[in-house]
Parts: sequence; C-alpha cells; structure tokens
Amino acid sequence: MAAIISIRDLKKSYDNGFEALKGVSLDIEKGEIIALLGPNGAGKTTLIGAVCGLVTISSGQALVGGFDVAKEPRRARRLIGLVPQELALDLFETVWNSVRFTRGLFGLPRDDSHIENVLKSLSLWDKKDNQCKELSGGMKRRVMIAKALSHNPEVLFLDEPTAGVDVNLRRDMWKVVGDLRNTGVTVILTTHYIEEAEEMADRVAVINKGSILLVEDKTQLMQSFGRKVLTLDLGAPLVTLPESLADYDLTRSEDGKQLSYAYDTREARTGITRLITDLAAEGIHVRDLDSTKSSLEDVFLDLVEEKA
Amino acid sequence: MNWRAIGAIYRFEMTRFFRTIYQSILSPVLSTVLYFVVFGAAIGGRIDTVEGIAYGAFIVPGLVMLSVLQQSISNASFGIYFPKFTGTIFELFSAPVSFFEIVMGFVGAAATKSLFVAVLIIATSFVFVDLHIIHPIWAMVFLILTALSFSLLGFILGIWAKSFEQLNIVPMLVVTPLVFLGGAFYSAAMLPGIWQVVVKFNPVLYLISGFRWAFFDVADVPVTLSLAAITVFLALCLAVIGWIFKTGWRLKS
Ligand SMILES: Nc1ncnc2c1ncn2[C@@H]1O[C@H](COP(=O)(O)OP(=O)(O)OP(=O)(O)O)[C@@H](O)[C@H]1O
Ligand SMILES: [Mg+2]
Repeated sequence: MAAIISIRDLKKSYDNGFEALKGVSLDIEKGEIIALLGPNGAGKTTLIGAVCGLVTISSGQALVGGFDVAKEPRRARRLIGLVPQELALDLFETVWNSVRFTRGLFGLPRDDSHIENVLKSLSLWDKKDNQCKELSGGMKRRVMIAKALSHNPEVLFLDEPTAGVDVNLRRDMWKVVGDLRNTGVTVILTTHYIEEAEEMADRVAVINKGSILLVEDKTQLMQSFGRKVLTLDLGAPLVTLPESLADYDLTRSEDGKQLSYAYDTREARTGITRLITDLAAEGIHVRDLDSTKSSLEDVFLDLVEEKA
Repeated sequence: MNWRAIGAIYRFEMTRFFRTIYQSILSPVLSTVLYFVVFGAAIGGRIDTVEGIAYGAFIVPGLVMLSVLQQSISNASFGIYFPKFTGTIFELFSAPVSFFEIVMGFVGAAATKSLFVAVLIIATSFVFVDLHIIHPIWAMVFLILTALSFSLLGFILGIWAKSFEQLNIVPMLVVTPLVFLGGAFYSAAMLPGIWQVVVKFNPVLYLISGFRWAFFDVADVPVTLSLAAITVFLALCLAVIGWIFKTGWRLKS
C-alpha cells in the first residue's frame, strides 16, 4: 500500500541551536496505527509539529498524501487532524462552538449531524452546551479530539492522547481509535504508556535523541526481543544456591521461596529441561512454574539503553 | 481563498464580543459621556465656539476617534494575543489557512467591533449636542479606514507582545497621548506658534482633522492630506504584517 506520510531525512534545529531531529526518515501506510515511543525530550512532539506545520523544517522533507507540507501546506493540512500534547482550549467557549469553529477553519461547510456523531462517540454529547472551563481534564482532552475529528481527517496525530485520562476513559479512547482505523483513518500516536502501544498500535517506532532507532511491526518487535522470565515456586525455601546451578542465570528471591530464570526464546536451546533435571538432581522440589514475556516496556528500555 | 475559515474566525471573535457585550459597550460609552460632561459642559462654558462650531459638537469627532483607536488596537491585539497565551493558536497554524486569511478574520472582527462602538458614541452624542454631519459618506470612509488600519496595528502589537503588560502599555503610553495631542479637544490653530508645527508630526492629527472635516467642513490640514496619511499608515501596517508572515516572527519556532 502507498505511504500516506513519507518523511525523508527530516532535520530540525531550534533557534537556540539545539538539534531536536537528526535526520528522521519514516513511511507511514494508509490505515495503520503507528506508535511513536520515546523518553521525554526524544523529539516526538517536534516531529509531529514539523509534519503539521507548527515547527519550521530545517532540512529534509515531509509529504502527507503526496503533498509537501512546506510547499503545499494547504493541501497537506486538509488531510490532518492534530491533538497536541498540551490542552489548549478557549475556556469560555462552548464545546459545540469550539468544535464547529475547527471545522470552519478547515474550510468545510457546516454539518451539525457529523459534529453530533463525533461528540456522541466521545461521550461528550451531554456537554455540548457547556463552556470548556466547566469540563474535567479528561473531557477537555476529548474535546480536543472532537475538534480534530470535526473535519474528517485522513490522518490523525495524537500526541499523548491519554495523559491524565483515567483507566476507563483510556479504554474508551482506544476504542475510538480502533473505530477510526476501521474507517480507514491513519493514526499516529505518541505515548509513554507502553501498554497503550501494545494495545493499539500495528507498528512501533522507537525514537530517542532526535533519531529513530527502530521501526517494526509490534508483534515482530516483541518476538525479536523474545526475552522471557521463568519463575519457579519452590516447595521449601532455598538458603543458598547449590554449586551445580551456578552456571544458570538464576536469581533467588529474598525469602528463598522463588527462583527466576531469564532466557531467550530465540536461542535454539532455552535450557529449561536441563535446569529442571539439575534441580531434581539437587533434590529441590518445584511446586509451580510461571513464565512471562518481557513487555514492550522492557524492549523499549533495552533499546534506548543499548544505543544511548 | 479559504472564505469559510475567515468566516469561522470572524464569527468566533464576534461571539466573544457579544458574550461580553455590556463590558464591551459600557466602558467606551460611559467615558464618552464623562468627556461630554467635563469638556463639553465645563470647558464649553468658557469656550463658546471653535471655528464657528459649538465646542460641545466640535469635540465629537475627536472623541469618536479616540474610542475607535483604543478599541481597534485593544480588540485586535487581544484577539490574537489570547490564543497565543492559551496555546489555541496551534490550531490556526495547523489548519489549511494562510496568514493573510487569519489577519482578515481577526482584523475584520476587531474593526467591526470598533465601528459598532463608534456608531454608538455618535448616537450618544446626538443626545448631548446639536449635531449635523455634512459629509456622512466621507465620515464613514474615514471611520472604516481608521478602524482597519489601527486594528492591523493592534494585530501586530498582539503578535509582538510577550505579556499582558506589554499589551496594555502601547495603547496607554502611545495612543492616548497622540490622540490628546492630535487636536481631539481643540483646533491646532489655537496652539501657540512652535506647537502648531510640532503637532503636524503627529499622525493622529491628520485622522482627527479629516474626520472633523467630514462632520463640519473645517480642518487643520487639507482633507486630501488626511486621506493620504491614513492610506500611508494602512500600507505601512500591511507591509509589517507581510514581513511577519514571511519570517514567522514571534509565531513559529
Ligand atoms: N521551542 C524550542 N526551543 C528549543 N528547544 C526545544 C523547543 N521545543 C523543544 N525543544 C527541545 O527539543 C527536544 C525534543 O522536544 P520534544 O518536545 O519534541 O520531545 P518529546 O519527545 O515530545 O518529549 P515528551 O515525551 O516529554 O513530550 C527537547 O530536548 C526539547 O528541550
Ligand atoms: Mg512531547
């Protein structure tokens, strides 16, 4: 499928000389959900700003729907809905007017039924006549999303959409994003909640210090970083590790009732069988087993530390 | 041209105006009434007529101009400063809207508001003085040109300002003195020698003079000069706006 967003060697130096983007290249396919993952100050917001026209590009190029955002900003921006990281609303205006205003800015004719649908999908319909200052933080964020959706964007940027949003609402929002994907909207989101990327994204781009470290299909990413931890519940507390087990990557819990064994699923032999045999030989009784996959969070931290 | 966007900005700004309609109108009207009482009644008791016009009526054009200048500048500067302050300005820059369209929306709304106030003040003055406007069309032309160009100035000010203090300081320190020294309450001919020359460097004098001419057919400077002055001023503001647009000064990082 053709890329709806194509970023080529994008660089951004701020006025104070700080290089926030050091040559970013990224293709985003139509209809996918991609998560930009990176620590504070990685350059996520800067990257979004450069594509959306909030940040002037120092060099390189960004195309949206085939239109260069610097040369044909009008045509490129028509396709984009943006929900910025910071809440920014005219607090004295009503929800309805704010959303309608954005639609007008994008040059679209008034369409009350569309706005009604958007507000309903975000559970904001009963707040439509309230001034924005009368809303809670999470509601305000949803108003921001409603504004971005008011003009039927093909591409939606969500810069930390669920910051300050409670768990239930977060799930609602994931659902909204899922529904959007079903209608063919491309979603680019940044988040610090790894579970969010795991839950929603098709692909994950890890960015740190202005460079993209990796872009990969989420499931592949998690497989390729297939570290797992096997936890063994012991029948009796183990005071010291026997000599014969010293070669294994084992950690003993404080009370001695548990052993953790870290292994890599990508290796031909994980060593589990041998471990169990050796444990039995030592007369150590294993009551229960549990293995956990490392989360995207671990993957992410590994990456950022590795390449720092 | 994204007319719908211009309309959206214009409508949004006007809603804000009507939301606070009483504050928006009350203060200029009240201060005008005070000026009438103080200048018209108190001083007018001593100065009978200026250039053959009753003093109370003579000060009307100056009073209207004073309000139009203040209103235009504060409306437009606040209009663009506020989104900068709250951060909602991101929306204008990420929308398919050109800077020119943004200016049209904000400046159009600011000028409309100050024209609204101007008409109200003229209406109020009919209550206090016997008034007859000789060239109503020209009066309208002067009003509109002034409202537009000072709204542009206000817009520039709003982009320049980094704090609410800066936003207030220009109208207070620059505009009000210029209006007072621009013959709002007297004719330049009444000033002693050298001052008659000095005041000619005050651009606001040309505005008030032209506007007064439209009312009474008397002026400090030829009306064509007044027209030329306001046109030059308008062009200057447009040039600055154009430059801001090209460089993104104080707007984009
Ligand atoms: N206007 C600016 N002037 C100078 N430097 C800036 C400016 N805006 C951002 N930066 C710097 O650019 C870098 C990237 O910032 P950016 O906001 O893109 O990070 P981010 O990945 O979005 O971080 P976070 O997760 O905290 O939102 C940071 O080091 C920041 O200090
Ligand atoms: Mg950010």
